[in-house]
Amino acid sequence: MVNLFKHAKACTTAFAVAAASFMTAGHATAADDTITIGYAVALTGPNATGAGISTVPNYRLWVDQVNGEGGIEMPDGSRKMIEVVEYDDRSSNEDLVRAIERLASQDKVDLILPPWGTGANLAIAPLMARFGYPQLAVTAVTDKAPEFAARWDRSFWMLGGGHDYATGLVDVLAQARDAGTINNKIAAVSVADGFGIDLIKGARPAFEEAGFELVYDESYPLGTSDFAAIMSEAQASGADSFVAFSYPPGSFGMTKTAQAMGFNPKVFYISVGGAFPIYPGIADGKADGVMAIGGVDGTSDSVKAYFDAHTTFVGNPPDSWASAVTFASLEMLEQAIGRVGLDHGDLAADLSSGTFDTVIGQVKLEDNQLRDLWTVGQWQNGAFVGVGPADKAGAAAPVIPKPEW
Amino acid sequence: MKYVIYPVALALLAAVPFVASDYALGLLIGMVTYVTLASAWAMFSGPTHYVSLATVAFYGAGAYVVAMLNEVMAYPMILLITAGVGATMALVVGLSTLRLAGVYFVIFSFGLAELIRQLITWYEINIYGTLGRYIFVDITARGIYWQMLGLAAITIGLTAYINRSRLGLALRVIGDDEVVAAHSGIPLARMKLMAFVLSATILTLAGAIASPRWVYVEPAIVFNPTVSFLTVIMALFGGANRLWGPALGAIPLFLAFEYLSAHFPDVYPIFLGALFIGVVFLFPNGVLAGIEGLRRGKKEETA
Amino acid sequence: MFVTILILGLVLGGTYALLALGLTLQYGIARIMNLAYGELTLAAAFILVALMQGFGISPLLTVALIGPVGYVVGSLLYTVMMKPLVARSSGGKLDVDSILATFGLLFLIQGALLMVFGPNFTSISYLDKGVTIFGVTVALNRLIALGICVVVGGALVIALATTRWGLALRAVAQTPTSAPLVGLDVNKVARQGFALGTALAATAGATVAMYQTFSASGGVVFTMKALVIVIMGGVGNVGGALAAGLLLGLVETFVATAIDPGLTLAATFAIFLLVLLFRPQGLFGKA
Repeated sequence: MVNLFKHAKACTTAFAVAAASFMTAGHATAADDTITIGYAVALTGPNATGAGISTVPNYRLWVDQVNGEGGIEMPDGSRKMIEVVEYDDRSSNEDLVRAIERLASQDKVDLILPPWGTGANLAIAPLMARFGYPQLAVTAVTDKAPEFAARWDRSFWMLGGGHDYATGLVDVLAQARDAGTINNKIAAVSVADGFGIDLIKGARPAFEEAGFELVYDESYPLGTSDFAAIMSEAQASGADSFVAFSYPPGSFGMTKTAQAMGFNPKVFYISVGGAFPIYPGIADGKADGVMAIGGVDGTSDSVKAYFDAHTTFVGNPPDSWASAVTFASLEMLEQAIGRVGLDHGDLAADLSSGTFDTVIGQVKLEDNQLRDLWTVGQWQNGAFVGVGPADKAGAAAPVIPKPEW
Repeated sequence: MKYVIYPVALALLAAVPFVASDYALGLLIGMVTYVTLASAWAMFSGPTHYVSLATVAFYGAGAYVVAMLNEVMAYPMILLITAGVGATMALVVGLSTLRLAGVYFVIFSFGLAELIRQLITWYEINIYGTLGRYIFVDITARGIYWQMLGLAAITIGLTAYINRSRLGLALRVIGDDEVVAAHSGIPLARMKLMAFVLSATILTLAGAIASPRWVYVEPAIVFNPTVSFLTVIMALFGGANRLWGPALGAIPLFLAFEYLSAHFPDVYPIFLGALFIGVVFLFPNGVLAGIEGLRRGKKEETA
Repeated sequence: MFVTILILGLVLGGTYALLALGLTLQYGIARIMNLAYGELTLAAAFILVALMQGFGISPLLTVALIGPVGYVVGSLLYTVMMKPLVARSSGGKLDVDSILATFGLLFLIQGALLMVFGPNFTSISYLDKGVTIFGVTVALNRLIALGICVVVGGALVIALATTRWGLALRAVAQTPTSAPLVGLDVNKVARQGFALGTALAATAGATVAMYQTFSASGGVVFTMKALVIVIMGGVGNVGGALAAGLLLGLVETFVATAIDPGLTLAATFAIFLLVLLFRPQGLFGKA
């Protein structure tokens, strides 16, 4: 790329020449003792908030750790250092698609790590398939994952779909209802965006099937900053459970509004942002009892070690939902390379059928998807731990009703 | 002479995909897209000085039409409908905003993009029942490039034609002084409307042509305001009043942004900001005019 | 139900109106349509959080002190960036130039915020206590915002209407071309108006930081909200901005409560576009 730039710089006057240089200048292929790994993520623009917490820090942490150990181990026992090519997609899918084309056909990187977001991962899926790269899509929550895994057979979907999280939540609530701790009324709000709508669409029939009644069910636009009206409606609805399928600004805003107005539902559930390390500070130290999407095994030593390493390297702990899975996906890649090398077809086959030891425990994909997921977590004693599915190893018992703010 | 040069140049450009790598083709698509957007934007905003920030409202609407219809209809049919949707939208918007000028028009056009995004979101959730659609059309990157190249050629050709026609003259008079224009018997409303509808139809078509590369669309992805901003700055950078100005603004800026996003991702907004300010202060009429001004100045000095 | 809408709406509207006061001064008096307005408020919000988390400085102290800082920054901005534009162009050309220039400023500030504070969401917990008014509980920090808005806005309205300084500002706002004829230094008054607007933007931003989650790329939301209110209230009309802000808060709360929370933003933009089309002089302006 450096030579590319010099090229372009030398002939800025004539577009035709410049364009020609972009087309012909090949990337100097990396030396044999390194692996080049490329990725394009949102470093600026609206998606930078999400990528900045779940994706980028984990990529950097992993590369740092692997290179610190002397590089990735190859099947023959030798080690190769990782060289990173990082691009900013400026939160635009057009730029993202072009960056992937650049990584694949210009830089000819050995592996491509996925971007942040459902839309972004879908936008690059056809390209990744065409170039043959395996795609370990983590931060893409979609119910259509089975279809996508079938359509692009080297794509892997690691974070489930809205339906999984909705039914996971309903299971936890149904148990509490059957135990007589909460009534059968639910007040639900959802952010008007692909994610929020997927979740509420999964939740509606699940709640109904479990005998719950949705007494308040509204969506609000992305960008809403004031939740007083919504929260006071929810409070007046008589529901014991407040469920929000929300993004961080909403999750935080609703928490603060609920605290201010003294709204104390027995279950207070929010979505993205609830598992962020800054959440207890936002909840004024009263996060205990709040439920949210995701979770990690609170009893696991590997999770603890990962949290410590992340805190040391990045400066803050990771979020307790997508971060650990992102890191696990990188460990899977590392182990697959150690077993079969860098051939994309072999890698995809091993990722699809192999078993991996990761920070989130032993992982084996089913139909190219990670199905063994934490769906519901809760803040307990200052840590965000997985409580659902209840039969998952390491699951903590949910605390219901939530202590008052 | 130019009846030979232009077709040959176009044919050469059309042949590039046969020798280009995937990334080079991606770059070309992006470049030609912004050449189209900036030129189409300048078709209306250049001569009239009405700065529109509604580019993405039309561009996004075009993409959305494809997303909505790609499973039920043949692609050429969709393009026709897209053109119709763009023209209708522009007609409605144009008719209702004829009274607005200056800063009010700028703000209105920006609000329009937001309103359309909110309404589509609401429609998708409450009427269609889900948010986010998939575009699975059998069109390769080459196909997109050729279509976009064709649209760019049409846009620039049309601008050249308009510049020489009564419409172009009328628009320039309007841009200089609306009162004078009205007094000299120019049907203000009809002229402005015509240019606006033409420009918006091209913007909408551009969105439709570009959309298969996105695969998945959602209002937040499609109505990305950056597209409007970039279009404006590219057109103004090159000179919105000149036939080749927008194109010559789009190409270097596009390449500069591409370079920045790879090498200095963190400073990209700062660079963009500095560029905007620089253009306003140094090249109020575009780089082309600036260069010409310099040349003229030198000639006068030597004379 | 009615009382709830009224009180929640007024409190929300107060926070909106506070956001818009500065912009209406900047455009009304200095004739600068400042698209970087939201980024200026964001910068103040980030400063408040940094001071609180880094040095333990009370947010209320920051809110009180950031106004003067904003004034100085605004004064500098006007002298360095806006004055040359005003000097070289007039009328419609200035509108377009100032939009483009402040647009650049928008990205510049945004890029700087990204570099210094990173891309993540920022939110603090401060005075999230509930206060009950007529049986409706509202957050204390939002109530403070409403209070600041009413006091500052009210003081401005009175100062503009009764003092000599206010008279000068209004004169420049109404007829910048003939103000010099009566001995007014238009440049100085415009600079004061712009600086005062920046001071208000900073105050509003610092207040917003107490109750809202924000990130470096979210400034345009503030600008948009402020613009809607400024246009509705009539450009340069401080009283109008106050009224329009409160009205918008009421409308949003009403739509969220009685119709559909999904339509609040659509309602905002629809009202805004209608006002632009049919009463571009603002709801409270003279035709």
